Amino acid sequence: MGRTHVDAVIVGAGWASSIMAKELTEAGLSVIMLERGPERTTPVEGAYPESIDELRGAVRKRLFQNLSQSTVTIRNTMDQTALPYRQLAAFLPGEGVGGAGLHWSGVHFRVAPEDLRLRSSVIERYGAKFIPEGMNLQDYGVTYEELEPFFDKAEKVFGTSGEAYKVQGKIIGNGNVFSPDRSDNFPLPALKDTFSASIFRDAAKNAGYHPYALPAANASRQYTNTYGCQMGPCNFCGYCSGYDCYLYSKASPNVNILPALRQDPGFTLIPNAHVLRVDLDHTKTKATGVTYLDTKTRKETSLSADLVVLGAFQFNNVHLMLVSGIGKPYDPVSNTGTVGRNFVYQTITSSRVWLPSSTYTNQFVGAGGAGVAIDDFNSMNFDHGPLGFVGGSPVWVNQAGVKPIAAAIGAGGGGTPRWGSAYKNALINTYKHSLVIDAHGSNMAYRDVYLDLDPTWKDVYGQPLLRMTFTWKDNDIRMNQYVVSRIEPIARAMGATKMNLVHLNAGQPFDTRNYQTTHLGGGAIMGDNPQTSALNRYLQSWDVSNVFVIGSNAFPQGMGYNPTGMVAALAYWAAHHIRTTYLKSPGPLVKA
Amino acid sequence: MEPTLNRPLRRSFVKGLLGTTSFWMASGNASWTAALAAEAAHPYQPTFFDTMEYRFVEAASERLFPADDNGPGAKALGAAEFIDRQMQTPYARGENWYMSGPFQQGPANLGYQLPFAPRDLYRKGIAGVEHYTRQHYGKGFADLPAVQQDEILTALEGGSVQLGEVPGRVFFEQLRTNTLEGTFADPLYGGNRGLGGWIMLGFPGAKADFMDWVNQEGAPYPLAPVSIAGETA
Repeated sequence: MGRTHVDAVIVGAGWASSIMAKELTEAGLSVIMLERGPERTTPVEGAYPESIDELRGAVRKRLFQNLSQSTVTIRNTMDQTALPYRQLAAFLPGEGVGGAGLHWSGVHFRVAPEDLRLRSSVIERYGAKFIPEGMNLQDYGVTYEELEPFFDKAEKVFGTSGEAYKVQGKIIGNGNVFSPDRSDNFPLPALKDTFSASIFRDAAKNAGYHPYALPAANASRQYTNTYGCQMGPCNFCGYCSGYDCYLYSKASPNVNILPALRQDPGFTLIPNAHVLRVDLDHTKTKATGVTYLDTKTRKETSLSADLVVLGAFQFNNVHLMLVSGIGKPYDPVSNTGTVGRNFVYQTITSSRVWLPSSTYTNQFVGAGGAGVAIDDFNSMNFDHGPLGFVGGSPVWVNQAGVKPIAAAIGAGGGGTPRWGSAYKNALINTYKHSLVIDAHGSNMAYRDVYLDLDPTWKDVYGQPLLRMTFTWKDNDIRMNQYVVSRIEPIARAMGATKMNLVHLNAGQPFDTRNYQTTHLGGGAIMGDNPQTSALNRYLQSWDVSNVFVIGSNAFPQGMGYNPTGMVAALAYWAAHHIRTTYLKSPGPLVKA
Repeated sequence: MEPTLNRPLRRSFVKGLLGTTSFWMASGNASWTAALAAEAAHPYQPTFFDTMEYRFVEAASERLFPADDNGPGAKALGAAEFIDRQMQTPYARGENWYMSGPFQQGPANLGYQLPFAPRDLYRKGIAGVEHYTRQHYGKGFADLPAVQQDEILTALEGGSVQLGEVPGRVFFEQLRTNTLEGTFADPLYGGNRGLGGWIMLGFPGAKADFMDWVNQEGAPYPLAPVSIAGETA
């Protein structure tokens, strides 16, 4: 029996995959999208009031990856035995239609232009010797000017609310003075500042910094997007991160793309379909399709396809490349190979500020992307010379809606009681009268921080788990400490009665037990050199030219911004070049 | 499998009415006061824990989150009932955790590495604490004065006690986490009775609409909480 043939098969059903599917069906291709988790739609997962149940949602992790089927192993250093990540904690990949794009918060950034050419930029300003030994600092191989039309396109699909600074060379508003020129304004005005964000804005401004409203894919008004999909205005209910927005206010593939895509006769979405491998021909330079397992019937099916797009979560894309034999696995000892190289994360620490007991911060009020930030210590916006580190952090108040179980479990510690009457008293005081200021920073890539296949543990399908070798390095710890030290005067000016400034400590290993962020990156990065990147600048595999790998796996460094906006722009960028060049003459878009 | 909701009748009843304004107008306290009174007249019968285990969970959770000037403690809020009910969910059977071997211990920062699901942790943990308590204090945990119960919990939290196969600290964290869940989860799951946990924190519960309260210059939110089933305080 012949295999079913399709023009393109897409692995995953999150933002990257949904964008690619939309673009490829528009180009007239037949597309099958395979999602290993269940079907998810807002009328079901988003239905009020069950959708706002904290226990069932963020606590029991309704929309997240089921680790019983597949997980990763983690170690800090190469001489350790990596152990399985058995319980979701430090990072929370999504599962099911919409992927992480269903449970995300909605912070929707572009990119700091210098971050795309960070290696070149650091060398130009400080010389090559400024880069520490063992740091794999690299450029993306693409510029902001090239990506700008695709950032613009994504914002109009996501219905992004924001405050622009410069449009077509003209300063038009109070947006981020460090942000680059835009071809157009945000499609929606910025969300209102919460009380906590408004006092941060005032204090930061008085301190001489440059506060701006976070760009948010939480609609500040009713909106109909490019594809005719509709969003309702956000009411600051606070159920963004970890939830399916019941108001259709937070952008998701499920709300903003799939309703249009599902009507296209050339598009087929198959949920509960776990892709086991990309099938390659004997030369290992051409993919012939993919093989997946129906997780309900346990039946294996092979699809034949001309084009294969990997759009799964960052580390699942890398895992699929490794188990399929796409490209050469990275070896940190010989410093050869590319798949697994430049695995990165972000340095995120949250500092707390208490206000007088007459002041209520109402922390349950919020929106995932709402808040006020400063970029004065992000990217290359400040002088790193005397500081001696690479990278930076935006600093912000992003009150996204704090729920009681999360607040209670997280309260206490660090020398204060974690139970009993004193704990209870502090918890209530903290919940009512405090706010959080985050340093949401970059994380550089290092030669001995990488992804490969674990030698011991396997998933339920019998395949080796992906192994993470990751810890915090001195450069990033010092960057975080410096930026956190800048928070103190701002907090004081906000009227703090008490503060708890939290930063990474020298020698502190990565801890898998506490949530930090789901912004994992790298492992299959883009670049202009096949010796140091798995993908070319169009996110096409250097080794297997009919495979494109879309996601934060392409980031050579972890940047200070949230990654979704960049992922979406890269998806539209890759799709544009597939449509305009690749489909006319399939093959490598860049000569190796 | 998603955790199942335990009160199907109430839930489907409420689901049918939620969209109507008259429901919100009419669902005053009367019916729910009656429901709570009915529960008080017929105390909850645990289905996972035996009598001794349930007394332990009630007593220990109350020390973790005690009644005081701020308001009710875990016992009055039904945390023990919540935990017992949770034991019947996939979560308690470890179905959302990666539970494939080999089970090898490592540095604490690499996370949980025991072969035990929450149900096992409670069975083994409670037996271990009772054994420890009888050995050192001559009585069961629930029969000790609060000061001694606190001593035992402090020892568990500090990691100086091993409960057979389960480190005391692991059991302590499991109990603390589930107690706080039972104190602050929607009452749908048996805890947070009368929305008492939310009232203390000033959390409005299932209101989920704060369009008019995005920035009121630090004034407290004025409305009392409501639960998913429409219970108000």
